[in-house]
Amino acid sequence: MIPGAFDYHRPSTVAEAVTLLADAGEDGRVLAGGHSLIPMMKLRMATPETLIDLRHIDELRGIDENGGTITIGAMTTQAEMIASGLLADVCPILRETALQIADPQIRNLGTIGGNVANGDPGNDLPALMQALDAAYVIAGKSGSREVAARDFYEAAYFTALQDGEVLTAIRIATPPAGHGWAYEKQKRKIGDYATAAAAVLLTMSGGKCASASIALTNVGDTPLFAEAAGAALAGTDLGADAVNAAVAAAEAIAEPAEDGRGPVDFRIKVAGQMVRRGIARAASRAS
Amino acid sequence: MSKMHVKMTVNGKPVEGLAEPRTLLIHFLREDLNLTGPHIGCDTSHCGACTVDLDGKSVKSCTVFVAQANGAEVTTIEGIANPDGTLHALQEAFREHHGLQCGFCTPGMITRAHRLLQENPNPTEAEIRMGISGNLCRCTGYQNIVKSITAAAEQLASMKEAAE
Repeated sequence: MIPGAFDYHRPSTVAEAVTLLADAGEDGRVLAGGHSLIPMMKLRMATPETLIDLRHIDELRGIDENGGTITIGAMTTQAEMIASGLLADVCPILRETALQIADPQIRNLGTIGGNVANGDPGNDLPALMQALDAAYVIAGKSGSREVAARDFYEAAYFTALQDGEVLTAIRIATPPAGHGWAYEKQKRKIGDYATAAAAVLLTMSGGKCASASIALTNVGDTPLFAEAAGAALAGTDLGADAVNAAVAAAEAIAEPAEDGRGPVDFRIKVAGQMVRRGIARAASRAS
Repeated sequence: MSKMHVKMTVNGKPVEGLAEPRTLLIHFLREDLNLTGPHIGCDTSHCGACTVDLDGKSVKSCTVFVAQANGAEVTTIEGIANPDGTLHALQEAFREHHGLQCGFCTPGMITRAHRLLQENPNPTEAEIRMGISGNLCRCTGYQNIVKSITAAAEQLASMKEAAE
């Protein structure tokens, strides 16, 4: 499968990339790890005439934490997220989730920015970003703006990213020490998208759940922030009634398509089951 | 569409050529450089038969444009054997432990295992299985591949010990 022809650019700064993208007009695309875009180009479902490779822009890489905010450069690879001692300490669900994306070779090129910005509902990081209430930092010709992950996704492959804009970083408020976390993903095999998956974050205080945040992967046109599911846990001791209420609230918003991963009703129940397992594992990790 | 001048280091040797940016790295390696060790299996980044090292990391060369690899260091299966031409411990182990049947996945499998053992010289069985999870084999059921990589890790460790 041979992709269509394109002009290739390799900028070294974000400003240069944004200018190139503006000059290219609507047939220009940025290239991150390429593991969504290149397969689409091979199928001629995407035929950009200009590709702007972001892989050599140093300011788009790196992970740091400062003043209670984790900042991850958009071109940080999933392998770099997995290898980060800092993330393993302060926000381990990022590592747990990244390890369930695709396979080692793909994670060496696949980036956090590409995964969240592409708008593919099968991608794992968007729901996690919604559960973490992350913000996306976006650069364009007229400057920089931030969009909450919970407001970013409009439909499959449609996001708040406008023509000419580049996602540059992801910002996450560092979760409190002792928080519980789990990313539960049901998949048919390594490298597959989720049949359903759930990101669960919670905090405990005096035996009660002080706060909970839950989001779902690949059971809708977009990642789904399950606000009511989290609310059903807050203030409870995570007993059976509370967990059942959270599972029911998550199942109520799931709208998966029927595909090779199973019929609609099955995938809704898998989503509920991922939430149930996620709550149990997150609670067991909380202190 | 115009061609670009591509330069890279492949198996330690500087190479260059003219190629359209859209040329996939696997095609450049196989068709321009005549390095036909890395295979095209699925052409959809699932099977791993095209695995090579790109700047010290395993990648699937069917899903990398040659333009992206311009200036990079690439290692293919042709660059794995020892400088004197004898087989690398991994290649010996695959032969000894019957780590292949038809052999189609083997170049990708060994190139991936070679990088895995540099990242983690003493992997557990589970780490080996996760480490090669991006490489599909339709013949062996993986058992003998895991056995081969385990044996090679032990062999490399004892060679390292002997050298010290």
